[in-house]
Amino acid sequence: MSNSATREVARRVFAREFNDATYTFKESDDELAPRYALLPTGKRANRVFFVGTLTETEDVGQDSEYWQGRIVDPDGGTFFTYAGQYQPDAASMLRELEAPEYVAVVGKPRTFEADDGEVNVSVRPESITVVDESTRNYWVVETAERTLDRVEQFENGGEYAQLAREEYDLPVENYRRVAVEALESLDTEQAESTAP
Amino acid sequence: MTETDLHTEAVEIHDQFADQLDVTVDEVSERLDTLVNEYKVPLSEARRSVTNTYLDEAGMDRDDVAGGDQHVSITDIDTPEQWVDVTAKVVELRNPDSDAIAQAGTLGDETGTIAFVSWSKSELPRVEEDAVYRLGNVVTDEYEGQFSVKLNSTTTIEQVDRELEVSNDDAEITGALVDIQSGSGLIKRCPEEDCTRVLQNGRCAEHGEGDGEFDLRIKGVIDDGTTVQDVIFDREMTESLTGISLEKAQEMAMDALDTSVVAEEMNERLLGQYYHVTGPNFNRYVLADEVTEPEQPDHEAMLIKARSI
Ligand SMILES: [Zn+2]
Repeated sequence: MSNSATREVARRVFAREFNDATYTFKESDDELAPRYALLPTGKRANRVFFVGTLTETEDVGQDSEYWQGRIVDPDGGTFFTYAGQYQPDAASMLRELEAPEYVAVVGKPRTFEADDGEVNVSVRPESITVVDESTRNYWVVETAERTLDRVEQFENGGEYAQLAREEYDLPVENYRRVAVEALESLDTEQAESTAP
Repeated sequence: MTETDLHTEAVEIHDQFADQLDVTVDEVSERLDTLVNEYKVPLSEARRSVTNTYLDEAGMDRDDVAGGDQHVSITDIDTPEQWVDVTAKVVELRNPDSDAIAQAGTLGDETGTIAFVSWSKSELPRVEEDAVYRLGNVVTDEYEGQFSVKLNSTTTIEQVDRELEVSNDDAEITGALVDIQSGSGLIKRCPEEDCTRVLQNGRCAEHGEGDGEFDLRIKGVIDDGTTVQDVIFDREMTESLTGISLEKAQEMAMDALDTSVVAEEMNERLLGQYYHVTGPNFNRYVLADEVTEPEQPDHEAMLIKARSI
């Protein structure tokens, strides 16, 4: 595949790994340079794509509308997405959708440091669309594959694997297990739906 | 026919079967000699006959040995004036533009495609479209970096009874549609002849202000998690993907007094969906000419892999 000149790829990552990606950085001092979240499996992410179950929406804004959506993936991790006046399409989707619903989200990682010093990772959506279960299942297998690729390459180092070792104390084995659990959940679901 | 010629042939045939059969060069030579000198069979036919005998004995397929050194894949043809054998499908025949040419067109194999001509003066049997042939002793040619093969009076043409999946240069991508870019949906194109530019605010960059003709297209981005690819879906593709015809799109725009409602509706229907797209490359784009829903990946196999790491 030839690359679109400057567009950042949308990483596939399960929520539990995404929420651990608290360290962010830029490659240059330029104000407009893209900001990346460092995935604990050793890749940088400026954009993510995920599919999960929207379980709850809430307007958490004070002066103006600011919608929070909780989107859960099959291993139980939750993506927190926030859309306000600068993401009008995504905000109106969150306003109108009735949970539960399978949704696909393209968005940018954002971090926020709470008063207690804990760093929360969330997604600022570029788009939110309603999809079906087969799209969700496709995403789970695809994301497991990409996650396992990163886990396997972690040992061979690379710039961002090295950075992850320095910044985090998070064994990549955790994320292999997340992938296993996500894949197992597809088994269970399919067994249930075919049970007499 | 000299003794030396026969011996050379015998060595070549022997080499092809040395691993499979317990046969000596002398035995091969003897068979050839009988055919050529007793039965007055042409050497090429004798070679064929003897080779087939040993193929049968070894339980091998002609393709297992065919060609030896000079049998090449089409993609490997990169030098002019080489004498080679190819096994290829006639992908296309075209009308020759000169009486000197009996047939012309395109050959293809699993690795690529190449142009060919067959000269009238060679008086070769004609080949048929979609049939697969083993072509012995064709000569390669080059013109402005493009290679071709020429069939000639020494060329042997043998129809082969097998299917051949011809490779084309189309890109093939599978991923999620993560963005639909501006300039998508209901657009207007310049009505000037031979100009298909998309009007920006009612203006053609070349011909200025114009009424324009409505069209549909999508400039999308397909992303598989490791790479991104810009894809253009033309009107036909856009209509079949979205279920929105050009007529319907114009109605929608008229009702809303705004063409952007069409792109918004397309966003809602297509973003976040997975597609398998094939089509030719054009600049940084792939021009989609076939779009299908990708097969569900095998989660059982992935689970086995996940547990084994
Ligand atoms: Zn024009």
